[in-house]
Amino acid sequence: MCLCSCSPSRMEFPSGYGSHLPSYSVPSGHYSQVPSKAAASHLDNQYRASYYPTYYSAPAQNVMTPSVGTNVLNTQESQQLYNKTPAHTVGSAEGPIQGAISSASYLHTSAQQSYSAFGNHYSTSVSSSVASQGFPLNSDHYTMPMVSSAMYPNVSYPPVAAGRVYGQAFTSQTLPAVGQFKETNTFSSQSTSVPHSLQQHVPVGYNTTLTTISSAQSIQDSLCRNLTGSVAKVNNQINRGMQYGGYVNNQASSAPAPLSSSSDDEEEDEEDEEAGCFVPYFHPLKPFFPLRLNTRSMTSSPVPAPSVPQTSKASKPFGYGYPTLQPGYQNAAPPAPVQPNNPGHHPGFQHYPQQYPGVNQLSSSLGGLSLQHSQQPESLRPVNLTQDRNILPVSSVPAPVPNLNSDLRKLNCSPDSFRCTLTNIPQTQALLNKAKLPLGLLLHPFRDLTQLPVITSSTIVRCRSCRTYINPFVSFIDQRRWKCNLCYRVNDVPEEFMYNPLTRSYGEPHKRPEVQNSTVEFIASSDYMLRPPQPAVYLFVLDVSHNAVEAGYLTIVCQSLLENLDKLPGDSRTRIGFITFDSTVQFYNLQEGLSQPQMLIVSDIDDIFLPTPDSLLVNLHESKELIKDLLNALPNMFTNTRETHSALGPALQAAFKLMSPTGGRISVFQTQLPSLGAGLLHSREDPNQRSSTKVVQHLGPATDFYKKLALDCSGQQTAVDLFLLSSQYSDLASLACMSKYSAGCIYYYPSFHRSHNPAQAEKLQKDLKRYLTRKIGFEAVMRIRCTKGLSIHTFHGNFFVRSTDLLSLANVNPDAGFAVQMSIEESLTDTSLVCFQTALLYTSSKGERRIRVHTLCLPVVSSLADVYAGADVQAVVCLLANMAVDRSVSSSLSDARDALVNAVVDSLAAYMSTASNLQQSMLIAPNSLKLFPLYILALLKQKAFRTGTSTRLDDRVYAMCQMKSQPLVHLMKMIHPNLYRIDKLIDESTIHVNDRVVPQPPLQKLSAEKLTREGAFLMDCGSIFYIWIGKNCSNNFIKDVLGYPNYASVPQKMTQLPEVDALSSERTRSFISWLRDSRPLSPVLQVIKDENPAKTDFFQHLIEDRTEAAFSYYEFLLNIQQQICK
Amino acid sequence: MCTRASSVFFERTFLSAVFMFLLLKVHLLMMLPSYFLIITLSDLECDYINARSCCSKLNKWVVPEVIGHAVVTVLMLISLHWFIFLLNLPVATWNIYRYIMVPSGNMGVFDPTEIHNRGQLKSHMKEAMIKLGFHLLCFFMYLYSCPIRA
Repeated sequence: MCLCSCSPSRMEFPSGYGSHLPSYSVPSGHYSQVPSKAAASHLDNQYRASYYPTYYSAPAQNVMTPSVGTNVLNTQESQQLYNKTPAHTVGSAEGPIQGAISSASYLHTSAQQSYSAFGNHYSTSVSSSVASQGFPLNSDHYTMPMVSSAMYPNVSYPPVAAGRVYGQAFTSQTLPAVGQFKETNTFSSQSTSVPHSLQQHVPVGYNTTLTTISSAQSIQDSLCRNLTGSVAKVNNQINRGMQYGGYVNNQASSAPAPLSSSSDDEEEDEEDEEAGCFVPYFHPLKPFFPLRLNTRSMTSSPVPAPSVPQTSKASKPFGYGYPTLQPGYQNAAPPAPVQPNNPGHHPGFQHYPQQYPGVNQLSSSLGGLSLQHSQQPESLRPVNLTQDRNILPVSSVPAPVPNLNSDLRKLNCSPDSFRCTLTNIPQTQALLNKAKLPLGLLLHPFRDLTQLPVITSSTIVRCRSCRTYINPFVSFIDQRRWKCNLCYRVNDVPEEFMYNPLTRSYGEPHKRPEVQNSTVEFIASSDYMLRPPQPAVYLFVLDVSHNAVEAGYLTIVCQSLLENLDKLPGDSRTRIGFITFDSTVQFYNLQEGLSQPQMLIVSDIDDIFLPTPDSLLVNLHESKELIKDLLNALPNMFTNTRETHSALGPALQAAFKLMSPTGGRISVFQTQLPSLGAGLLHSREDPNQRSSTKVVQHLGPATDFYKKLALDCSGQQTAVDLFLLSSQYSDLASLACMSKYSAGCIYYYPSFHRSHNPAQAEKLQKDLKRYLTRKIGFEAVMRIRCTKGLSIHTFHGNFFVRSTDLLSLANVNPDAGFAVQMSIEESLTDTSLVCFQTALLYTSSKGERRIRVHTLCLPVVSSLADVYAGADVQAVVCLLANMAVDRSVSSSLSDARDALVNAVVDSLAAYMSTASNLQQSMLIAPNSLKLFPLYILALLKQKAFRTGTSTRLDDRVYAMCQMKSQPLVHLMKMIHPNLYRIDKLIDESTIHVNDRVVPQPPLQKLSAEKLTREGAFLMDCGSIFYIWIGKNCSNNFIKDVLGYPNYASVPQKMTQLPEVDALSSERTRSFISWLRDSRPLSPVLQVIKDENPAKTDFFQHLIEDRTEAAFSYYEFLLNIQQQICK
Repeated sequence: MCTRASSVFFERTFLSAVFMFLLLKVHLLMMLPSYFLIITLSDLECDYINARSCCSKLNKWVVPEVIGHAVVTVLMLISLHWFIFLLNLPVATWNIYRYIMVPSGNMGVFDPTEIHNRGQLKSHMKEAMIKLGFHLLCFFMYLYSCPIRA
């Protein structure tokens, strides 16, 4: 459904809770359309008292994307519809589904209302939990984006969803109803106020549905109506009647911490129902035809609202919704707490997978019906990869939304900060192994956020045993106790937590901002400090050897520093220092009071020492003039140097000594292979081996010097950032260690020269601007916790793993991404939800100790199909890339490549074996994984992993470093760039962002077949934009956009678009700046003509094409197919 | 003739008994690294010590262990204790192999930056357990093989 692609950042904040909505930059009408009560609690003023949204400067990128734009709309619509539904209340529901929906939506709304109408609160959570058990809420995850959300409440929604999830069109309608009844049962068994007659109703209605095949629809209808009616009434009664005991239930069930016994019990319940459901399955002929008819009738009629429930009901008689569906769905909503186990239940059908063949045959027999396809869960829809050539979506690929009930989904963490490769977590390791997909998390914890609740509180509420921070997914057992969702320990709610600063009310711990937002930031007390928060300390270590002076980078660095000196994050304590080195190490005394900077040269590089330890790192504000003098003088100080050696190691040792009392950031600028003193390196690259297809050696470090140094630095809370600006091999594999393990970052500018390579110079300038001014966190640690049963076994990124789950990050920056791999140690059968929490404790540049907490909640599933349905292909690919980097360093590149290919082969083979009706001659992938082979091929053609094409070792190693440390969004662009045609932007659909009209050209396949000579194309590779101009590109475009009269006159090195007063120019520029705004690093633009030497760079990104060394996409598919058949 | 034979017999018995006794001691000594390894690794697992100090502690023991085991194995070969030699050979080879195969950039067999990754901690632990078992086995074998050989 539309929600799937909706910008997650917005989804965190359900309209009902939206007290901080105003801070959203999106003008989304739907918030205001929420019942006024819900939105009423705008307590901005009180809110700010201690809980204020902070605005970071980052552009709200996603907000602007086209898909999101429409989604906002859609969400809005559905929201509206939701809110309208109360009018058509339970009694008027047409059938079970309808009933379920309407009650669900009704209840939902009531939930929203009562969130603001506090008195009602308890009853709300009952109803919302009931709703969440019901079908529709869960199902909306699977609905296709195309499905108009306007249809959602009345018609196509339930059947569509049901069919899709389970690869078949019919049934499962009973199940939701059953689910609901059961849920009600659960409640009724607990609260005496609920009439027991309900329990009788259920079987009756149920049997009816089983025995009456479509002929008896009317009876059925009425029965069902009665049924739902009564159920709903009972619900209401529960709501009203239940007092305290009910509250316990509700809380537990509205939050994701089930008790094992209860969930077991529920499962048994379900199985029981399923056993009933299955009866018709054994008369396979019967179901086919009526169903078909119904489906037809459904397709043919444009469906007036009332008729559709009928159709859906008609299919119900075969009521065996996919058996596996039930647990999955049920799981999505947390079961009610402890309930006596019911021994009378028979186990029901256990062999779910065996149902698939039949079902699939069925769906294939119905294959001619177009609706059939649309009725499958979108993410499971089989895609024939070899035939379906246009698999790329029109705009960017959205992150899949976990199949949770809508309340939890709204609360869930944004996929931009926290993504899991499988949004449906398999129940057991065996199931995970069967799926052949990696399980892991991709984190971008310190991302620039436009909106972040910051909480100041003297006590930060955490679980007493596992130290989890309180989060939206904990359950409140009663007002005084909460149950941890990671270790299930019951904790006390501290007195202070009872007071809600947001609403200034007492006794509502569940409405505290911590429990309403999955991403929060705490201001930590002194308990979270080992020492007073450190000041921001920046040390610049600059290479001034002949090579460096020749390249001319010093001018750019000093210029950027001068420009951004005032914007360096920090407070009045900020300190700064400079070290330069060639064959000696030079220090600069910038002590306040000196008339000019003093240079102190230490030539004893074997035993480096600090000449004047106190005056080398100086207060930025006190010595600003001296610093400026130095920066102005520095570029010219070494112009005549003849020193070609580079004593990087000793300079780093000196830097470490200088920094160790405080910690901070060391920025190293290096232009060649270090050749003197400790840590000297030798050239290891054999240029003849650059395009070797066999072995690529020396991907690992040559010495442990840099690693040790990094660990020492990390221990002293110092990070080392490396800027490598070299024209020759400089053994990045060894040098990178200094950043990798000290949580620094690495920038690499191959063949950097200030005047010969303006593109790189511009890139350095832009990178530096971002680097110097971006947010920074000092002395940070990050801990990733997950629900009991899951364990993290491998970490990827730049940091040092200090203990099993604690990452030591000397510095943390907003552009750093992390990945972890997980395994399932204990089976998760007794839980329906798993949660992951990352807590990043850091010192802000203002000297505040802060904790940023992200919590992600995901459902657990027990069937392989569900696992595939929830696969997040981008996350999977990024995690695989990380794993492949490890593999190529520890084993060999060819091993890593094989492993990547095997990952596709194995997972697709496993998928095809679950859907055994699929013809083996075709290569079928579930829709969720349809881009998997493409991305893997792109990875194989990436600089990091490609063979056969000449690749310099440093380039390769740098690409690997990036894979390990880039967040998912950037990494995906690097792996699979976006290609747009930009010569006809005027005709494209547009969106409006900040009064600008931004055209939205569709994504093009990365293939030369798309490049027409008449067109102009923009390729967005994340850090660089290529504009390729065809030979016969219209002169109008060249004149208007590029500012040159014709193709021939366009210069070879063009890195900027002129501002021409023409519509096409304006559109192009607004499109490019819109793309730029969406990322922290402002990418460099390169215009490419046919004769341009940079052409190869452009064409190597066309990964669907064949190169002399690698497969085309089609060949790759055939290759995979061959391997699968083997 | 008879006495001479008995004296030779006695000599050999005595010598071999002394030898075995020494061997026992050596093995007890060699058990220590494994034992120490297990304790340190479990400390690391429980987060009592930091990966850096843990690895630097453990790496100190790697070379003595390799040498000790190699010496014992060679001694066995020289003294023609074939069975014990063959028993020790794979373990000694593994120790040497492990030591040689450390990548140039790593800080020894135990690398603090990698020990938490890819289940290395667990595999080290497993290895330590196996070695401890092996040494125990050897210990009892030598202990009981003394009189039998005598």
